[in-house]
Amino acid sequence: MKKLINNPTKVVEEMIEGYVKAYPNHVRQLTENERALVTAKETREGKVGVLIGGGSGHEPAFIGYVGDGMADGVAVGNIFASPPPDPILEATKVIDKGEGVIYVYGNYAGDVMNFGMAAELADLESGIRVGSVLVTDDVASAPKEEKEKRRGIAGEFFVTKAAGAAADKGYNLDDVVRVAQKANDYTRTMGVGLTPCSLPQTGKPSFVLAENEMEIGLGHHGEPGIEKGDLQPADQVVDRLVHDILTDMPIDSGEKVAVLVNGLGSTTNMELYIMFRRVEQILSEKGIEIHRSYVGSYSTSLEMGGASVTITKLDEELAAFIDHPADCPMYVQK
Amino acid sequence: MKITAEEIKVFLKNVVTMIEAEKDYLCELDRKLGDGDHGVTMSIGWQAVNEKLEGDLKEEQDCGKISIVTGRTFLSAVGSSVGPLYATGFMRGAKAFQGKSELSGEDLKDFWIAFIEGIKERGKAEVGDKTMIDTLQPALESLQSNFGKSNDFLSAFESVVQAAEKGMESTKDILSKRGRSSRLGERSLGTIDPGAASSFMILKTFLTTIKSAQVA
Repeated sequence: MKKLINNPTKVVEEMIEGYVKAYPNHVRQLTENERALVTAKETREGKVGVLIGGGSGHEPAFIGYVGDGMADGVAVGNIFASPPPDPILEATKVIDKGEGVIYVYGNYAGDVMNFGMAAELADLESGIRVGSVLVTDDVASAPKEEKEKRRGIAGEFFVTKAAGAAADKGYNLDDVVRVAQKANDYTRTMGVGLTPCSLPQTGKPSFVLAENEMEIGLGHHGEPGIEKGDLQPADQVVDRLVHDILTDMPIDSGEKVAVLVNGLGSTTNMELYIMFRRVEQILSEKGIEIHRSYVGSYSTSLEMGGASVTITKLDEELAAFIDHPADCPMYVQK
Repeated sequence: MKITAEEIKVFLKNVVTMIEAEKDYLCELDRKLGDGDHGVTMSIGWQAVNEKLEGDLKEEQDCGKISIVTGRTFLSAVGSSVGPLYATGFMRGAKAFQGKSELSGEDLKDFWIAFIEGIKERGKAEVGDKTMIDTLQPALESLQSNFGKSNDFLSAFESVVQAAEKGMESTKDILSKRGRSSRLGERSLGTIDPGAASSFMILKTFLTTIKSAQVA
């Protein structure tokens, strides 16, 4: 796979360097740990800090979501690998303004251990209260009875959004955690993979799909999905994805939702709009109101081909948080 | 038997060399089960340890400190899931080495028991989950029973490595239950778990190191 890079072992460092230089008004790199970035504007006194993070290769997630109304800090891991506790801990110390910090991250074994260790250290070393919400929106990654085992994928955007808005509105840590947990409980994602990605260090594709094959439920790091088959037209694929979401989380006519159609890296916006068109048709047929929609590459897997549909059910509280303004390098909402 | 701080550092150096040699093989195993980066991750971590061995640890004689720095350095360099697992192993094991520049068979036994217990506690995996625990649990049991019988660490550790190898091989025949590969189902059959492989390789490297230290 062709890539415009210099040194495969330096991609994360060089990416961060470029990113920080590109958006100096939004983010700054901590001198204590170069894998920790925080908001350039300084977290407000008395506000709960919001910390996100995970492996690299998902850009604009997670670094792109540091800014007003979203996260105050981000810990950056190696490609597709959880960051170690150090950058998490250092960012935590900087963004804690006496009200504690919430960690929002995807439910992966590595992230659970590293963020868990960082939370323990924050409490032991600095007496900082940390609350954690693990994102588990990927319907295909485990059956409904084992929802707590599900992985986090594109739906993390909505959980971060809810946590960021609640913190911005001055909620205390317990309430920010409650809101983020509710956003996660109300969020479901189903994805489809078309082409693999390759890690810069190995250069080899992380999984194999035949030319005319697609895989429903493929994970964000190439984890196998639930069904491989011939590539179908966009409408049929979307029908399947939305069907699985609504079977897992029934939504009544008249209810409000937020929708995200997310590209995995090399899938074009054109394809994503074609997919969104079908999502809208299905939902409006069912009388489900799309309160706000997002279409684009919000969380990618290097150059993987494919897309996902995320639906978040909104009550009054969550709807207000989804509408809350945000100003991040990779996402602005007025 | 006596093992010096220098010999512990030789062991760690040998792991560095071994991981570089096995990097592609470990990635290949992981490509079948996960995202294909286990060899790369291990290499990043052990190269960072190597820098410490050639820098801060060059003159260090406290085996406990050597082990703590190894764990912390590995963790900071890799994160991931192997970071906390191996780091917890080295940091827990360090207690058995604390303040010592020369280690007895008893110390080495205590180190590896704490090492494995630490990983078990951190990862919460069990035998049969197709993880490094399938290598480490039989190793732990073998160490406890064989060292108890003979009090001869070297011969006990020979059995440990044999038990670990058997455990590693057993992961071929089990379905993935934990980590990212847990959704593979039947597709995970036939492949050794990369973590089970790398943990076996580390134990084996320890055996070869203390054997040659013994001869010398």
